[in-house]
Amino acid sequence: MNLLLLVLALPAAGFLIALALPRSSPASSRYWALALSLATFVGSLALLGWFDRSLAGDQFTVNLPWIASPEIRFHIAADGVSLWLVLLSTFLTPICVLISWNHIQSRVKEFYAFLLLLEFGLVGVFLAQDLFLFYVFWEVSLVPMYFLIGIWGHERRIYAAVKFFLYTMAGSVLMLAAIIYLYNRAGTFSYAAILDQLASGRLLFTPFEQMLLFLAFFVAFAIKVPLFPLHTWLPDAHVEAPTAGSVMLASVMLKMGTFGILHYALPLFPSAARRCAPWIAVLAIIGIIYGALVAMVQPNMKKLVAYSSVSHLGFVVLGIFSFTQLGLDGAVYQMLNHGITTGALFALVGLMYERRHSLAIEDYGGVATAAPWLSTAFLIATLASIGLPLLNNFVGEFLVLQGAALANFTWAAWASLGVILAACYMLWMYQRVFYGELTEKVRSHMPDLNLREWAVVIPLIAMMVWMGVYSKSFLDPVGKTTARVLEQTQVNVPYRVDLRMPARTEVSRAR
Amino acid sequence: MPVSPMFNPGDLICFLPEIILTAMGTFIMVLDPLLNRRESKVYGTLSLATLAAAIVAAVYAYSQPGPAFGGMLIVDGFATFFRVLVLGVGILTILPSFSFLRRQQAETSEFHALLLFSIAGQCIMAAANDLIIIFIGLEISSIASYILAGYLRDDKRANEAALKYFLLGSFATGFFLYGVALIYGETGSINLSVVRAVVAGPDAPLPVMVGLAASLMFVGLAFKVSASPFQIWAPDVYQGAPTPVTAFLSAGPKAAAFAIFLRIFMTAFAPIGEAWAPLVWASALLSMTIGNFAALLQTNVKRMLAYSSIAHAGYVMVALASRSEIGTAAAMFYLAAYALMNVGAFAVVSHLSGKGEQYQSIEDFAGLAQKQPLTAAMLSIFLLSLIGVPLTGGFFGKFYIFKAALESHLVWLTVLGLLNSAVAAYYYLRLLVMMYFRDPGDAVSAAEPLTPALSAALILPAIGTLFLGIFPGWVLDFAGRSSSLVK
Repeated sequence: MNLLLLVLALPAAGFLIALALPRSSPASSRYWALALSLATFVGSLALLGWFDRSLAGDQFTVNLPWIASPEIRFHIAADGVSLWLVLLSTFLTPICVLISWNHIQSRVKEFYAFLLLLEFGLVGVFLAQDLFLFYVFWEVSLVPMYFLIGIWGHERRIYAAVKFFLYTMAGSVLMLAAIIYLYNRAGTFSYAAILDQLASGRLLFTPFEQMLLFLAFFVAFAIKVPLFPLHTWLPDAHVEAPTAGSVMLASVMLKMGTFGILHYALPLFPSAARRCAPWIAVLAIIGIIYGALVAMVQPNMKKLVAYSSVSHLGFVVLGIFSFTQLGLDGAVYQMLNHGITTGALFALVGLMYERRHSLAIEDYGGVATAAPWLSTAFLIATLASIGLPLLNNFVGEFLVLQGAALANFTWAAWASLGVILAACYMLWMYQRVFYGELTEKVRSHMPDLNLREWAVVIPLIAMMVWMGVYSKSFLDPVGKTTARVLEQTQVNVPYRVDLRMPARTEVSRAR
Repeated sequence: MPVSPMFNPGDLICFLPEIILTAMGTFIMVLDPLLNRRESKVYGTLSLATLAAAIVAAVYAYSQPGPAFGGMLIVDGFATFFRVLVLGVGILTILPSFSFLRRQQAETSEFHALLLFSIAGQCIMAAANDLIIIFIGLEISSIASYILAGYLRDDKRANEAALKYFLLGSFATGFFLYGVALIYGETGSINLSVVRAVVAGPDAPLPVMVGLAASLMFVGLAFKVSASPFQIWAPDVYQGAPTPVTAFLSAGPKAAAFAIFLRIFMTAFAPIGEAWAPLVWASALLSMTIGNFAALLQTNVKRMLAYSSIAHAGYVMVALASRSEIGTAAAMFYLAAYALMNVGAFAVVSHLSGKGEQYQSIEDFAGLAQKQPLTAAMLSIFLLSLIGVPLTGGFFGKFYIFKAALESHLVWLTVLGLLNSAVAAYYYLRLLVMMYFRDPGDAVSAAEPLTPALSAALILPAIGTLFLGIFPGWVLDFAGRSSSLVK
């Protein structure tokens, strides 16, 4: 059996079986979800082992017929970028199972079932090689997250869940229109075949068409990222979601947007993407600075981390639209970093919420005395988040800024402001929460990490250090794939020319 | 095609479903005074058996496809598809009606007899190839449904619904008949194939007159499918009618009316497609927009689903506006998916409505997931399908429709339609929110446990919805093969 199919099928099977587990025994659901998500993670590790790092193209391809007319195929494969994103999803799912162990007490069975369904949807989004299949997974992942926020969230959960659903839905229907349009022009949903037609010049778009199609895709992705000014759903969704929901949302779901831009929007519509690049870069920079400034004034820890996500994801978008190898590598690396670091921050904030039942910064103080290990873990995640050298975010941000500087030095200059601001808001929050006078309420409610929580924290911190110290092990396959994306955006540039001009087939074939 | 009045006994096979339905409907009415039992179980079971037999007959009739009764009827894939569809809707209407009628203490035989008559009319509509037969089918179906809408005669709202439905429906039928008369006057025929030949031929009548006839029929049919701007009746009737009847009205008569809509406009009036296309275009956009935006404001579930039903009629109108065989096939697929998800959703409403249908508000669904997880899960599937989330029939239906529309270069209609479906997500989500995110209220606490018939009424359409969402090919292939219609 194909390994990739296994990694995708395990969560789906897990979801169905989780539905059949007895409601009366929540423990069975917990252990089942843990076992299954660990098995999926092991499967994806094996994927990493078998992955041929010297290739830029798709690997572990599974291509099965699904619907005959119009032809839609169940076509999945991994490349150097999607491989890491799949690993990120499968790595974080068991962690989410563990942090929800005591936190989720009502409707436990449904919670873990939805978590596994979410994993299925996310893995599918990154692996799909058929535009239609991609859209299916894209929407499927929406449903479990909606329920995760809406059922197990905090006070304003319903508002947040509905807002989240509607924002994403509004973006994705336009993408659906664009996908159907592409199909009608290309006669296929197969992504590789469409790229091939573009490269060989058999499929040509007028600049106007290309721009509209690009925007239809891009808006759907930009909402998910979220790019300023489409980010307003994010603070609500993050703050109201249960800890596991926040972690999955921040760490993996937002990457669906940036992955989509990198994997679909750029290669499909290169000249429109290039033409929009300055505007998008400016929006990304506004997002970086705006997110950081708003984070600084948040009285709520979770909201602070949520706004820091807006800022960090701005770096990813900026890196992508620098159209440089360094920028793209940095963007992908930053996607992974943000997944680990922000995931860790949300997890740790969640652990503190479980203890003190408050997210307000002012309700804390002196936690470092009461729970030194928890504070240490939080400190490491904080330092990683602000981009301290030897921790993961530093590498990503550095690459992005370097790439941005190559494209336009002013961009890099403004964006680096975000790094400075990150240090301000994160360290200030850390100071107010962990130092200062220890109140009685905090002391009595703040035991240190227990064994289960250590199991959550250690892998995350290990990854931060590893990715910060030895980035080469991650960046090698990434570089191959991003180079291919760049090549695709170069080769297709002639499409800017008039429709009647002969396509430059030779150039595109010569890669 | 030559119109010969010759009667061929073999043609009766083509008419078998209607014969079975009418005979059994009459039998049930006769049985009532003989049995003298106020128990709908007997009649209901009989009706179920009748409908099942009629499905078999409809499929059997398709073994000898072709025109019958001198071209008045035609048994093709299209007719068989819609016959099976309306018969299936009948079954899914009767299943939840057992407990509903018992609760309202209205277990009479008439309900079932009228339902069978109405379905017989719809089967005729599905297979008719002649404007007068279409009209007869329409009337049989409509008159029975008018009575069904007012079936709970002590209920004020039901009375209002029946009266409104009857008055406005008669008007609409009048319009339709006027159009038929004009066509007969202009072309000298009521057979669709002949009308098409004349309209497209060298001696075509004045375009104005054909256009006028087409517009008059359009008005009549748009009323029957509750498409804007002739949808005003729908919310009041859907809200007032007994819930199983509402479920039926929103699926069966609508599907049959769309069947004749497609047949008339894709055959007889296909040659003047350029002329009526803008009409359908505007009606599609209006229906989607009015339906969805009005549904946003509703607090009554039946009323909300009524507006949603207007919006869904709009989606099917998009398929009609694309004026292609792919569009016809997409409309067929959509109507099947829509019938399943909508009848399923109404079955839940009827299950929860309580005595005297007192629980109809969206608030009354609060906490359903905690008390009856299965019911909630099934309704979620229907709602997700109505939203158009992938892996449900509703998604593929929308997908095929908008694909057909884009192929016919209706870019704006597609974009506006898809944005509309994003708006629609909001009001369906409100029900999901109630069921899953709130604590149980009176209605849910008072709800009876699921009976076997009700479970079947929920699980069957849910399976159908998921099946259409995961393996849409089977139904779509059949629809695609049947969409070319006899011209």
